[in-house]
Amino acid sequence: MNSFLNNKITGNKTETISLLILALVLVVCFPLIFDAFRLNMVGKYLSLAFAAVGLVLCWGYGGILSLGQGVFWGLGGYAMAAFLKLEAAVNIAHEAGTDQIKALSTVGLPDFMDWNQITELPYIWYPFKSFPITLLMMIGLPGIVAFIIGTAMFRRRVSGVYFAIITQALCWIMEILFVTRQGWTGGINGITDLRTCLGWDIRTISAQYVLYFITVLLLLICIIIGKIVLRTKFGKLLIATRDMEDRVRFSGYDVASIKVFIFTLAGIISAIGGAMFVFNVGFMSPKLVTIEPSIYMVIFCALGGRNSLIGAVYGTLIVCFGRTFFSEEFPALWMLLMGSIFILVTLVFPRGVAGIVEDYGKPLLARISDRKVDAKEIKPIK
Amino acid sequence: MSLKEYILEISDLTVSFDGFKAVNQVALYVEKGSIHVVIGPNGAGKTTLLDLICGKTRPTEGKIQFMGHDITHMLEQDIVKVGVGRKFQTPSIYPTLTVFENLEVSYPRGRNVFGALTFKRDQEVIGRIHEIANMIFLDKLLDTPGELLSHGQKQWLEIGMLLIADPQLLLLDEPVAGMSVDERVQTGKLLNKICKERSVLIIEHDMNFVREIAHTVTVLHQGSVLAEGPMEFVERNEKVIEVYLGE
Amino acid sequence: MSIFNMFDGYSAEDLTSIFIMQGFSGLSLFAVFLLMALGLAIIFGQMKVINMAHGEFLTIGAYTTVFLSDLVTNYIPDFTQYYFIFAILAAFLVAYIVGYIVELLLVSRLYKRPLDTLLATWGVSMIIRQLLRFIFGAREDSAVMPDWLMGSWTPTDTIDIPINGLFLFSMAIIMTIIVFILLFKSRWGLRVRATVQNRTMANAVGINSKQVDRTSFAIGCGIAGIAGAAFTTIGSVSPSAGSLYIVDTFIVVVFGGAGSLIGTILSAFSIAQAQSILEFFLSGVLAKVFVLLIIVGILMIRPQGLVANKIRK
Repeated sequence: MNSFLNNKITGNKTETISLLILALVLVVCFPLIFDAFRLNMVGKYLSLAFAAVGLVLCWGYGGILSLGQGVFWGLGGYAMAAFLKLEAAVNIAHEAGTDQIKALSTVGLPDFMDWNQITELPYIWYPFKSFPITLLMMIGLPGIVAFIIGTAMFRRRVSGVYFAIITQALCWIMEILFVTRQGWTGGINGITDLRTCLGWDIRTISAQYVLYFITVLLLLICIIIGKIVLRTKFGKLLIATRDMEDRVRFSGYDVASIKVFIFTLAGIISAIGGAMFVFNVGFMSPKLVTIEPSIYMVIFCALGGRNSLIGAVYGTLIVCFGRTFFSEEFPALWMLLMGSIFILVTLVFPRGVAGIVEDYGKPLLARISDRKVDAKEIKPIK
Repeated sequence: MSLKEYILEISDLTVSFDGFKAVNQVALYVEKGSIHVVIGPNGAGKTTLLDLICGKTRPTEGKIQFMGHDITHMLEQDIVKVGVGRKFQTPSIYPTLTVFENLEVSYPRGRNVFGALTFKRDQEVIGRIHEIANMIFLDKLLDTPGELLSHGQKQWLEIGMLLIADPQLLLLDEPVAGMSVDERVQTGKLLNKICKERSVLIIEHDMNFVREIAHTVTVLHQGSVLAEGPMEFVERNEKVIEVYLGE
Repeated sequence: MSIFNMFDGYSAEDLTSIFIMQGFSGLSLFAVFLLMALGLAIIFGQMKVINMAHGEFLTIGAYTTVFLSDLVTNYIPDFTQYYFIFAILAAFLVAYIVGYIVELLLVSRLYKRPLDTLLATWGVSMIIRQLLRFIFGAREDSAVMPDWLMGSWTPTDTIDIPINGLFLFSMAIIMTIIVFILLFKSRWGLRVRATVQNRTMANAVGINSKQVDRTSFAIGCGIAGIAGAAFTTIGSVSPSAGSLYIVDTFIVVVFGGAGSLIGTILSAFSIAQAQSILEFFLSGVLAKVFVLLIIVGILMIRPQGLVANKIRK
């Protein structure tokens, strides 16, 4: 197993060890330390980490800074929420008994549609009646959106700052649309009061444990997929494109398709996180897909180390724990601290936590293992 | 000698930037298997000419034909695929990748996304990389990151990155700039070896180097061709002496 | 409402008035966009620095004005009629100084990493916002307006144009002229353009390019401060007021073609007019979405923006 990890996925020992440590922390330590409530909160944070992992791929390795990851994260979340909402609506109808419900509303119609005088399910909600199709939409919808945006932008060689600002504008467009199309999206409140998934109550404590582990598992899978992609020639091409785009183009590659692929992959990974978020917290809101959360996703990634898939998870956890702690204790200070993190992470620690660990942790590890080697070498002499 | 065979034929090539004609009605023919050097004072349009050939800049008028393909309006990567390789003036290599990886990335297999994802580093690839590394004098430095190479070695690496794609025509923008005397001699040998199987179009300022390697020299001045021919012939041209070479 | 009968019930005179007033509302929006974008046209357009805290400099200018207005009404009420002129100068000065410090400590170290500047200045914007909240509180404040800015101008019985709108518009025009003169006629402007086009050469001919960067950035921030002062005439101020405009402002500059002041003006004009015309037909937010989508679409066809010079790379 260990050698399989070494050879096929991470490529070297240090990375394997750090992946295993992360798995250990998430799978063993957190469930032991935290109660169900806190663990559920960690699950919520980890759903955000997906976006950061995606950003490591497209920003850290591809040099494409997207300030619109919230769009894809949100699409994944809304897709899942739509499915759960329909199920909740149908269940409510059954619980209340058909006679009663007929008097109140159309059976199986989400409550917010009712409030917005919508009497029939809109066509765009039809796919979310089926779970497999929802799963497909959850990945396909953001994937297609990312593909279209990416193709349109990268074919026209929109890059760098311009790309960042345009993706920010897209985030804004998405927010406005989701807030104003109340009858379809639940407006500013979003899609709330989600209860069961295929009959399984997601609000119970045991369900929350299971959902936490599913989130962790999917996150680790996404990290491993990222590592595999980076290990291939494509991964090197991606770095090459980031550092010397023209050289790649004049080596016979279609640079745009490289960028489109990684941008789409990052979008899909984010979307999975959005869906898991909905499972963990039981709602989806447009406040989570605005400009600011998208910038936060970038800072998760920057703080963790923009070139470290594993660091992205720690970056997310640090910021989220920090926000929870400070907003409980000293909310005003949090903004100042957060602002300082933005500045420090660009000015002083551009490689983030992963960089710090590498600079200070590696020599330490080397010293420890050196000692072991010394000890072994001394023995035969004695 | 029988009929000359041309690998690259450029006719009436003009590009204008807001009315300023950086390249004006240029006609240029590169013979197969030759080293063709373009010289000229700063701002003569030399680099722009290479940009036009490889598709980085689009011409306002004119036609560029390469081995029977009309490449005037082709996409950059497609021009590479028909067999034109371009080296830039400032050595463009991938700084964080090793010499081996630099060459591997330039290997002409797995050029689309799916191909790159499933690309396997097999014996053929490794063999070819060693062969090229040997040729460009970097066989001992395969595991060195690109950014740690000397300026001259970077120039070689970039030439190697072109060679591994097996182009029929190499466009080299000042390949010996910043090289020591020894490196220059080695580069001269390398270029002579290269042109046995392919043609080379070079921009160069170092006249001694040009004298050594050039089969044909074209002098550009203010976007137009001033003179063309073997170096001995061009050197004696009065206009060339006046605007470029001096007394 | 259909397009054919939407004019029913209005007399020809009414219609003329509506169009004049509607047209003027487009012009006000144009003035707002232009004022916001002018500072950024220097900082982003010329220096290619992505200053995400640009909106906060606007807020700083606005709060300077509010602060002065409070001071004057409390201690020297007779001066209320005239303080505004000084407030504009003070707004420039305060924003200039803060901008200078931000450049010195932060931006100057990030010129080669534009995307990092974006993140760092976002951090700056969070800090400034929070500090303003500490000092002035989170609720909205407004400045006391001198009498000459109140009321409206009524050339006919049915046309009614607010004076503060006119004032804002003239401020935008005056500031544009000043920026034009600064960039294209002054010694400083020459240095900025020289530095932008070829830094090494500019250094070689004796231009202290670092100093040029610093003052350019600070002047850009100062102009945002003036915009902030001007904004107090049409609305109230809160610590996050400026950040609401940042995306708009960037889009105006990018759409106009970074580096072209004329482009910025054209872009501010077309976006403002498009939005106010569309608002007449669609709801406000949808007009916004529509305009944004059109801009994104146009930017894909012309990534270099409306006005761009063909350059030889």
